[in-house]
Amino acid sequence: MESKDHAALAEVFNKDEDRVSWHDETLWWIRQKRDKNVHQLPEWELLRETASQIKFNVLSNLSTYLEQFEKNATCNGIKIHWAADAKEHNDIVLGLLKEHQINRMVKSKSMLTEECGLNDYLASHGIDVIDSDLGERIVQLAGEHPSHIVLPCIHKKKGEIGDLFHKYLGTPSNVDDPQFLTETARQHLREIFLTRRAALTGVNFAIAETGEFVVCTNEGNADMGTNLAEVHIASMGIEKLIPKREHLGVFLRLLTRSATGQPITTYSSHYSKPRDGKQIHIVLVDNGRSVQLGREDFRNSLKCIRCGACMNTCPVYRRSGGHSYHTAVAGPIGSILAPNLDMRKYADLPFASTLCGSCSNVCPVKIDIHQQLYKWRQVLVKAGYAPTVKKIAMQLMAATLASPTLYHAAGKMGRATIKFAPFAVNNKLNPWYKQRDMPAPPKESFGEWYARNRAGSQEPGV
Amino acid sequence: MSSREKILAAVARNQPEAVALPDLNALKDAAQLAEPADLLEKYITVLTGIGGTAYQVGSYEDITGILNVQFPEGRIVNTVTELHPHHQSHVFEDDIHSLENVELAIIKAHFAVAENGAVWVTEELMGKRVLPFICQHLVVIVPANQVVATMHKAYEQISNRSYGYGAFIAGPSKTADIEQSLVLGAHGPRSMNVFLLG
Amino acid sequence: MRVGLFIPCYVDQFYPGAAIATLQLLEKLGVEAVYPKNQTCCGQPMANSGFEHLTGGCNRLFIDNFANFDYIVAPSGSCVLHIREHLHDDKQTQLANNISQKTYELTSFLTDVLKVEHLPSRFPYRVGMHQSCHGQRGLHLSSMTELVAPAFSKPGSLLKMVKDIDLIELDRKDECCGFGGTFCVTEEAVSAKMGKDRVADHLHHGAEYITGVDMSCLMHMEGILKRQGSKVKVLHIAEILNAE
Repeated sequence: MESKDHAALAEVFNKDEDRVSWHDETLWWIRQKRDKNVHQLPEWELLRETASQIKFNVLSNLSTYLEQFEKNATCNGIKIHWAADAKEHNDIVLGLLKEHQINRMVKSKSMLTEECGLNDYLASHGIDVIDSDLGERIVQLAGEHPSHIVLPCIHKKKGEIGDLFHKYLGTPSNVDDPQFLTETARQHLREIFLTRRAALTGVNFAIAETGEFVVCTNEGNADMGTNLAEVHIASMGIEKLIPKREHLGVFLRLLTRSATGQPITTYSSHYSKPRDGKQIHIVLVDNGRSVQLGREDFRNSLKCIRCGACMNTCPVYRRSGGHSYHTAVAGPIGSILAPNLDMRKYADLPFASTLCGSCSNVCPVKIDIHQQLYKWRQVLVKAGYAPTVKKIAMQLMAATLASPTLYHAAGKMGRATIKFAPFAVNNKLNPWYKQRDMPAPPKESFGEWYARNRAGSQEPGV
Repeated sequence: MSSREKILAAVARNQPEAVALPDLNALKDAAQLAEPADLLEKYITVLTGIGGTAYQVGSYEDITGILNVQFPEGRIVNTVTELHPHHQSHVFEDDIHSLENVELAIIKAHFAVAENGAVWVTEELMGKRVLPFICQHLVVIVPANQVVATMHKAYEQISNRSYGYGAFIAGPSKTADIEQSLVLGAHGPRSMNVFLLG
Repeated sequence: MRVGLFIPCYVDQFYPGAAIATLQLLEKLGVEAVYPKNQTCCGQPMANSGFEHLTGGCNRLFIDNFANFDYIVAPSGSCVLHIREHLHDDKQTQLANNISQKTYELTSFLTDVLKVEHLPSRFPYRVGMHQSCHGQRGLHLSSMTELVAPAFSKPGSLLKMVKDIDLIELDRKDECCGFGGTFCVTEEAVSAKMGKDRVADHLHHGAEYITGVDMSCLMHMEGILKRQGSKVKVLHIAEILNAE
């Protein structure tokens, strides 16, 4: 994993400003598609509120729903497995493949398997995994990870994809036509679908009352994989449950409108029973979720349905790229999920935000993302993960601002050099000054002006 | 303690006090207020917008006529008995991989959804689960009077019916993973043709 | 009505003009506004950096300075939002809560409390309005493009009362400028890029002035404009509403 923090990685990303602008515009375009689509639904805000309430109900009854789901899915002929952490999840998947003497698997999109590092784990045990979502296949060929949970290769330009396809899939050099490249991937992956005996998918929603689960794709790659394979493994975070089938009506209306501005994904497939003689296995994964459930300030991050809207709208994400978040789930939602897994490693992420609040507004399940970013900052600082320099600066600032005497004295020392303002030191070492000029220092502060101009008032400060 | 017990215990310990489920009626009422007057027209507009093609037809003969023009060549797998004798209904072999060269698959759907262009299809209408995905082109026949407004209505229609596998299918398989350029025919059908019958 | 004038620290030190305009505007509208001299800062710079536990001193000062007013008004959405959401004192919970709830950002005070419908101001220039996030999304000064809700804008409605002003439409009506408090230096690369993009939107639409309810955002954009050698200026909204 990367040792650089978000700011450092974002600085690298920003070395190519045209690329940053392109990345920003591409994602902004998706945000606009989202706006256009949701504004056609006058009941949109009620839809969000309802979804949020359903998810609160789920979180507050999760243990019951999990048992109910297990019972109903088992009745339907699905085998349920429980994984406490990433390692156990990976072991279960490997065990299932070994049991069926399978050493090649096709996989559709599952951010959970990214979170668990499944591909690398299986590769180290001699299992060949091919990602079948086009974007995921592209990043897999590039030896990278998805930079966005819905749009895995949003950071890649078509020329770079053309080069990858030339190198690995035998397309002519310098061909970057999306239609042609997609057709190439179609042919390449069709052969994979037809020859793989095991298919792994993620789970978008699982229904406690029926024991079925729903997988959403636009490409149809999940269905191609599972409906041709003997063994279907579905990896699912325990928070993906919803109580009733009718609740799908709420969530399927929200998911894709929020994600890409489509009214629904091309395929919303409901898996209830395995095909005759075939198998479906569901791996229910905790991996820190039950801990997050116990954090009062952060538990509602588990309402997330992984639409990616917060990434598309985030002005910081759009200008720093998904990889700068150095975690499986990037962007605002990733920044409130990741510290739960490892505070030290992800202490930088809650600070990679201006707290503008746009993420919370687009969130289809109304997670108060920006409020949680603020709260994580407090938790991380108290837990000792703030850099020492910052800690000293903050203590100095707090002392100065807590005392009118010190404050006015500092102000008088010269407005361009007062110590409490991060932007105030006018030299090349000051990051403010790299691309921005300083405000021109006025002759007097407002306090001084007020003392001179309004009768009856006293000289401010000492 | 097994992982199952461990996880369930941790969840039970950490979950907040029970919160009731919301009443969906307020939302359903609000959605109903916003329903378009002509659901069929709305469905056709939305389906066309997501890359599908809609045909309003009066009979199965009409469908046959259009199919003969649109899909004159290639292997056709038909699951709709009413299309006899022009299109023989298919007897499936055990090896579903043999469907890989299907040019056109013809299936029925239970109903269509106006707000998103989807049709609801369950396993028994597909013949084989993979059929609507593996074909190069997909034809779906749905009664014109079976268009519901929203997904709320869709799930009211589905109710508690049992199925092994079911899917909402909305348009041709598509991707925009390469620089957000929309390409139809990612892994599944390159076209989706919905015949609204009646 | 007695109003306590709360002037954010950086406005006091760097942009006294915005504070003077705020005071004069309130006086013009018949409000008795007083500036308590011992105020410093709301504490937000520490809190947003994760050091809310160091803001006790700022909280006590704020309460001491502003306990005896009918309203507290500040030319800043961001600082007011911080007071609204985070002002507290374990020893006098109710007092702190009362104070925070009667603290208003200037434009919302004008529209919601004073219910201003006319202003004697004139500003014959092309002006771009920057929606500062904390005011907009935090204090709901304006409708937000993410939400499906009726459109409104408190600062916008006030600007429309200004004679001869030419308000421009932006491509991105409410995107963050990238200031973000200490974010502006800890995430310098992204912050500066966000600022440049915001400024470019205003320039593209021919703005001569960029205005807004928060001087901090404007200071950030001013820094970029100056570095680019642009003649476009930033002005706090109070300065435009007070212009004659």
